[in-house]
Amino acid sequence: MSVGREGSARRRALVTGALALVALSTVVPFVWALSMSLKPEEDVSRPGFVPRSVEERAVVDGADVRVRVLRTLPDGRLRVKVDEPGARRIVDIPGPVRRLERVDVRWENYPEAWSAYPFLSFGRAYVNSLVVALLVTLGQVVTSALAAYAFARLRFPGRDALFLAYLGTMMVPGAVTMIPTFVLLKGLPGFLDGLLGTTWFSRDFALGGTLVGVDSYFALIAPRCFSAYGTFMLRQYFLGIPRELEEAAVLDGCGSLGVLRHVVLPLSKPALATLGIFTFMWAWGDFFWPLIVTRTDAIKTLPLLLQTFQGQYGARWNLLMAASIMGLLPMLAIFLLGQRHFIEGIKLGAVKG
Amino acid sequence: MSLAIDSPAGPPLSPPLDPGRRAARDLARGLCYLGPNLGGFLVFTALPVLAVFWVAFTEGTYAPVRDGGGLLGLDARFVGLANFTLMLGDRDLARCLWNTVFLMLSIPLGMACSLGLALLLHRGAHAKVVLRTLLFLPTVAAGIALYCVWRQLYNQDAGLLNQTLAAVGLVAPGQGPDWLGSALLAKPALLLMLVWIGMGGTNMVLYLAGLQDVDPSLYEAAAIDGAGPWDTFRFVTWPALRPTTFFILTTNLIGGVQIFDQVLIMTGGGPEGSTSTILHYIYRNLYEYQGKIGYAAALSVLLFGIVFAVTLVNWRLQRGAREA
Repeated sequence: MSVGREGSARRRALVTGALALVALSTVVPFVWALSMSLKPEEDVSRPGFVPRSVEERAVVDGADVRVRVLRTLPDGRLRVKVDEPGARRIVDIPGPVRRLERVDVRWENYPEAWSAYPFLSFGRAYVNSLVVALLVTLGQVVTSALAAYAFARLRFPGRDALFLAYLGTMMVPGAVTMIPTFVLLKGLPGFLDGLLGTTWFSRDFALGGTLVGVDSYFALIAPRCFSAYGTFMLRQYFLGIPRELEEAAVLDGCGSLGVLRHVVLPLSKPALATLGIFTFMWAWGDFFWPLIVTRTDAIKTLPLLLQTFQGQYGARWNLLMAASIMGLLPMLAIFLLGQRHFIEGIKLGAVKG
Repeated sequence: MSLAIDSPAGPPLSPPLDPGRRAARDLARGLCYLGPNLGGFLVFTALPVLAVFWVAFTEGTYAPVRDGGGLLGLDARFVGLANFTLMLGDRDLARCLWNTVFLMLSIPLGMACSLGLALLLHRGAHAKVVLRTLLFLPTVAAGIALYCVWRQLYNQDAGLLNQTLAAVGLVAPGQGPDWLGSALLAKPALLLMLVWIGMGGTNMVLYLAGLQDVDPSLYEAAAIDGAGPWDTFRFVTWPALRPTTFFILTTNLIGGVQIFDQVLIMTGGGPEGSTSTILHYIYRNLYEYQGKIGYAAALSVLLFGIVFAVTLVNWRLQRGAREA
C-alpha cells in the first residue's frame, strides 16, 4: 500500500514537473517583453533579462571621466571621446578603460511610448477600444437575449424555420460579409441625406470620421451588435429553465416582457456573463474590420495603434515592447482577476448542437 | 409553486380569440422580440451575403473612402463569371491556399497538445489552478500586441529564440536562422506560434471538462480486462471525447481559414509570398492591386464555399461516427 502511495506521489511530481515546463514556455515571452520594455536603447540586443547599462570610464588628465572608446591606435594607446557635459573632446590615452555595468531600469520608456505617435495617444486608443467593445457587448447581449427568448418560449408561425436560418448563418465567415458591408456603409450617409433632405449625414463628425458612414464609430459598432451564436447559446440556456417558474409569474400578472425581466434573465446570469465576457474579448482584440473601415486616427482602436506603432517604431524595440505591454495589460488584468469565470464560461459556452 | 397554480384567485382568463387573429397576434409579439436582432441580421448579414454574390460578378474600382461617384461610390460593371475563371489560372491564389492549409495544420497539432496537457492535468498535479491559469495566458493575450512580441522574439540577431539557441550552443551567437525572413522557415515559425497560443487555452479546458465527464465505470471495466494505458486511451478515453473533438474542430476550422492578423503584423505575407493566406490575399486585392473589389468578393465567395464544404464534411463524419 505504502509502495503504491509513494509511486503515485512520484507520478504526481513528474506530471507537475512536465506541466510546469510547458507553463514556463508560456510565461517566458511575456517576461522577456517586459524586460525589453524597460531596457535602455543600447541594451536591447544584449542577451539577458535584467535591463542594464554600461559605462566606460578612464582617467584623463588626472580626472576620472566618462569616455567612449573610438579605436585602438597602432602604438597601443586608445583614442577615446570624453563624454562629460561641457568637456566633450577627443584625446589619446594610454589606458586603461574600465567598464562599469549597472542595473538601469527605464520606466520612462512607458510615457515615451504612450505619446510617441502624435496623432493618436494610447489614452485615446484605450477609450476608443473600451467604448466600442462595451457598446458591441451591450448590443449583442440585449439583442441576443430578446431573440433567444422569442425562440425558446414564444409561439409564432415560422419560428422554427427562422431559427434554422439563424443557425445557418453561424457558418458564414466574417470575412465574407465584410466587403458588401463596407460598400453599404459607404453609401449610407448619401442615402440618408437623400431620403430626409438633409446634408449633415455626409459631413464630418465632431468626434472624428463621419456620423454613420465608413470611417465612423457607427461603422465600428453597429454591424457587430448582432450575434447568431449568442442567440443560439442563450436559447439553449433559456430552454433549461423550469417552465413552472415562468407560469407562476404569468399567474402573478406578468406579461412576456415581465417574465423575461423578472424570471428568465435573473436565472440566466452565468450565460449572460459568459456571452458578455467573450464578446468583450473578441471586440477588444478585433483587428480586420477596424483596419479596413477606419481611416481617421482619432477613432482608431488599440490594435490599430499597435500596428501603426510597429510600422513606425519597429526599430526601437524598447518602445515597441512598452507599447505591446500596454496593449496586453488590460486583458491580462481582467483575466487574472476573474479567471474562474473564464474557465466556467468556456464550458458553458460550448453548446454542443 | 403549485400553490400559485392551484390558487382560484388568478387573473381572469382573456376571452378566446379566433385562430387567425391569435396567429397574427403571436406573430406580432414574436417579431417585437426578434426585431432588433432580426433587423441587424438582415442588414448586416443576410443583405451582405446576397450582395457579395452580386459584387463577385462585377468588376469595379474601389474609390478612396470619401470620393463619391458611381453606384455607392463603386464604379462597377457586370462581368459574368470572369472573376471566377480568373481564379483558375491564378498562381498567387494557389499559393495562398497552400499557405492557409499549412497554417491550419496548427489546428490538429494544437488539439493534440491540448489533449496531452488536459490528460496530464486530469491525472493530478500539484498547483493545478496556477498551472491552468499560466497555460491559458497566451489565449487571453492573443492579438496584435502579442504578435508584435513574437515578431521580435523571432528576430535573427537579438530575438529570444536565437539567443536561447546560442546560449545552449545549438547555433553560433548572431548566426541563428532568420526565422521570419526565410521563405522556408517563416511558415513553420508562424505555425509554432499558433500552436503555442492555442495549446493551453479553450481547447484544453474543453478537453479537461470532457475527461471529467467520462463514466468511471468504463475505466474500471478496462482495468479488469487488463488494458494498458494506451489501450485504455484508445478504446475508452478517445471515443468518449469524440463529441468534444468534433466541437473543437468545427469551431477552429472556421477561424482557421480566416488567419490574417498574425500574417499582417509578423511577415506582411512574405518572404516571397510564403506566408500570405486567403484572407491576406483578399486584403491585398482590396488595397494594393488598384482595388480589385470584384475579384476580392469572388475570393470571399470561395472562402465561404470552403467553410461550407469543410463544415459539411465534418458534420457528416460526426453523424457517421454517432451511428456507428
